[in-house]
Formats: sequence, structure tokens, C-alpha cells
Amino acid sequence: MIKVEWFYWLCGLIFLGVAALTVGDRSNPKRYGSAAFWGLLGVSFGYGTFVVHKTAPAWPLGIGVLVMAALVGTRQLSRGTAGGPDDAQRRAGADRFGSLLFVPALVIPAVAVLFAAVLVKVRIGATPLLEAGSETLIGLGVAAIVAVAVGLVMLRPTAAAGGVLAPMREGRRLLEAIGWAAVLPQMLATLGQLFTAAGVGTAVGTVTNHVLPHGSLIGGVVVYCLGMALFTIIMGNAFAAFPIMTAAIGWPILIQQFHGNPAAVFAIGMLAGFCGTLCTPMAANFNLVPAALLEMRSKYGPIKAQIPTAIPLLLCNMALMYVFAFGVVG
Amino acid sequence: MLVLIGVLLVVVGFALRLNPLVVVTVAGIVTGLLGGLSPMKILDAFGNGFAGSRSVTLFIIVLPVIGLIERFGLQEQARRLIAKLGVLTTGRLLTLYQLIRQVTAALGLNSIGGPAQAVRPLIYPMAEGAAARRYGSVPPTMAEKIKGYAASADTVGVFFGEDIFVAIGSILLITGFVDSTYGLKLDALHVALWAIPTAICAFVIHGARLLWLDRQLDRMARELAPKQADAEVPQP
Repeated sequence: MIKVEWFYWLCGLIFLGVAALTVGDRSNPKRYGSAAFWGLLGVSFGYGTFVVHKTAPAWPLGIGVLVMAALVGTRQLSRGTAGGPDDAQRRAGADRFGSLLFVPALVIPAVAVLFAAVLVKVRIGATPLLEAGSETLIGLGVAAIVAVAVGLVMLRPTAAAGGVLAPMREGRRLLEAIGWAAVLPQMLATLGQLFTAAGVGTAVGTVTNHVLPHGSLIGGVVVYCLGMALFTIIMGNAFAAFPIMTAAIGWPILIQQFHGNPAAVFAIGMLAGFCGTLCTPMAANFNLVPAALLEMRSKYGPIKAQIPTAIPLLLCNMALMYVFAFGVVG
Repeated sequence: MLVLIGVLLVVVGFALRLNPLVVVTVAGIVTGLLGGLSPMKILDAFGNGFAGSRSVTLFIIVLPVIGLIERFGLQEQARRLIAKLGVLTTGRLLTLYQLIRQVTAALGLNSIGGPAQAVRPLIYPMAEGAAARRYGSVPPTMAEKIKGYAASADTVGVFFGEDIFVAIGSILLITGFVDSTYGLKLDALHVALWAIPTAICAFVIHGARLLWLDRQLDRMARELAPKQADAEVPQP
């Protein structure tokens, strides 16, 4: 069985490779701090396997995570100035390879789809070929490996460009551009769990109960959808908002009191939460990481582009729920 | 109620533009302490949370190959290709990409797009190339705008497509939660079908805004052009 943990180890190796290259990068003013950050991240990915399997205590990893945050907070994470390829190199490559350059890029979705649609059903004896629940991630991991192989065979980078290690060098360039934003999504997932453990959800639920409009259907719909969006903006994740808002309003008022269609109420309620995800830096993997990947000047650029869609779409969700879930139409 | 201070810390931290990683870490520690967790339990929470959420960082696995083909001129080639397709303006290209992203996500093919494997190497360079063809050059303010919209086309597309697929996490969370908590027997297919009206609204609203982007870029190009013209004629 192909396991997703293998690919976390590969990620870990990539981070360790970045750390190794960073130590020797004299153009980076903070090369030791930066190498420590990437190295810790690499080790954490491997150690995480044992934490998940409960064969190692979690607190050492906790310390590692806090050290990473401290390195960032004390400005020890920086990047080298040795930049990417210059325009002449890019033009020369495009002249030489033309649209063949798209092949490795298109290998990624092709292989990923093969895994998600076909190999997901393959079994060897009684065990599935791919670890259950992680098929998409495994597909992405295999796709990345195949694409690197195709790219190396096709492009044959010279020794000066790094030879077979060229992908590592170029990957490091992109990772350095992302910087600390690479670990923010995981840190936010942790914050969400701490919020839940400390009872933030119940506290917000209590607050919501005080503003509940009793006896008004349209009021209930508005508060449920708006609450999903606002709670998601705070937690960065509609999944965290759903159980709380549903327990506070969705179930007792919209279903029990007004007899709404549960499938419609809950589906549209979740999508109202997604409107919140479009607006919040707490959803770092969707909003801040793309800004870092595109090397934007403002980390909030994607959010600015999304808020004017999120607001009317939230209103649409309220209208859809009101009209379709309560027999107003049909 | 005291635990809500953690939420407040996050809001204030982001508003003051402090480093988000530091803000989130401090908010986590404070929330844990206010919630009565021991320091050891807080360290455990950081360790478990980090280990359990490694999947959100797995996307970095595609960066080496993306970097490699970028070095050999992938983005340049994407620009050249789009220069030949005159009908595809920046806005039309991004609308088309959002449609593809929504439809494939609805079929469960989530990993077909994404900021690392599609937007940075392909979609953004093509969107910028289309603008370069139309306006001659793309100044940084216009590039920044196109980048934001390119990322948004991907995100809106996948968000409001994936919920139409039955076996996606959010659908399973809905059915799992309400079935176990309230004893319902919700059909995942029904939940997924009710995601379709919102998906259509999302495509109409964001698609229209992506098309409108062309007008905004036209205006930005007009506003930026006279200044450049002045700068280019210093002597009589």
C-alpha cells in the first residue's frame, strides 16, 4: 500500500535540502537562522509521523514549532539574493524548447487525475493500493516525482545549472519566496484546535444565542449564514464554524422550529461559511500562500480581489436558503 | 468568555500588520493558558496540531519541478502562447480558468489546479501576457492587480466547485456531524446537489468581475500612460 507518510518524508527531505543549500549561501544575511528554520521544518515533517502514530511524544515537536516561530519573530529567517533565471536565459529556453515546456507542468494534473479517478479503486488482494482518505495527496506526490523525472530527461540541465540537483536549487528559490507563510497554515490549524480545546467555540455560541431572533424565519436564516461567515473569518475554517453555528441556530431554529429541508439548510450554510474563507488571512493556505507564491507586494492582494465577490455571494446564499429550504417556492 | 481574548489578539495583531506567524503562535499560547491548559498540554497541542495538519503543506512537493521549468522559460513560453490567442483577454482567460477549475473540482479532481502547480507557472503568466499584448507593457500596479485576480479565480473556482462532489471533506463533515448529533440520515448526494445553486451564483458573480477586470486594466493603462509619455520627452 502506498502511504501518504512517504510523501511527508519527501517534503521533509526537500526542507532539509533547502537548509543544506542555505547554510552555504553567503548572499543570505541570516544564513544560519534561515538554515535552522528550514532544517527544523524538515525534521518536524519526519518526526510528525511518529506523533500521528502515537509512538513518540508530541511536546518535543511543540517546542520545535515554537522555536520556528521565534526564529521568524526575531527576524532570523531571510533569503539569498541569488535570484532566478534572467530574461535572456528564459528567452533562450523558450526558443529552444517551445511548448514542450508545458509537458512537465501538465504531467502533474494528468498523473493526479489518474490517481484520483482510476488508481483509487485498485486493490491488491484485500488492501487498497492507496491509503484510504489520502488518495488525492498521494496522487499529487507521485505526480510531482514523475514531473521532475520528465523535466530532467527533457531539459537536461547543465552542471552549471545544478545538473540533477537543479530542481532542488529552483525549488529552494520558490520556497524562499514563500518563507514563513509556508508554515502558517499548519500553525493556524493548531490555533483552531487550541481554540476548540479552550472553549472558544462554546463562548461564541453563547454570544450568538443572545442575538438570536426568536420566531423570525428570515432572521434565523440571516443570523445562521452571517454567523457561519463571521465565525469562519475568525477561525479561518468553515469546518470549525459548522458544528457551533448548527448547534446554536441551524438545528434548533431552522430545522426544528421552521421545518427546513436539512440537506439544503446545511449545504448552503456551509457555503455561506466559504464566503467567510474568501475574506480572511486566517485561511492562510488559500489567501496568503498564493500571494507569497506570486511574490505580490501586498500579502492581502487575493483577499482584496475576493471580498467584493464574497459579500454578494453571501447574500445569494441567504436568499437561496430562504427560498428553497423552507418551501417558499416549490 | 475570557478565552475570547485569544480571538481579539488575532484580530488586533493582524490589524497592526504584525507578523501573522508570531500573532497566531502568541494567540495560541494565550488561549491555551486562559482555557486552563498546562504548559505541557499546550506544547502537546502545538506538536499534535502541526503533525496532524502536514497535508496543507504538501503542495511544496511540486515546487522543484515548477522551479525547474521556470528556469527554462516556462512563463516566457506561456506569454508567447497567449500572444497568439488574440480573443483571450486577461479577464476572459481568468473566467475560463475559473470555469475549468469549478467543473473539475465538482468532478472530484481537486488537484488539477492550485496556486503552486497552475497559477504561478501557467495562469498568471498567461494573464499577464494577454495584458502585455493589449497595453504594450504591464506596470507593477497592474501586475499586482492581475496577480490578485488570478489567485482569486483559482480559489473561488475550487471552493464553489468541490462541494458538488459527494466525497469531499465538507460534505462528509456535514452528514457525519448531523447524523451522529441529531440522528438524521442525510443523503450525501442531496447535500451535494444543494451546492449547485450557489456554485452557479459564484460563477456568475466572480466571472462577471473577472470580465470587468479588463475594463479596470484599460482604465489603469490610460491613467498610467500619460505620465510615461511625459517622462519620455524630456527635451524639445
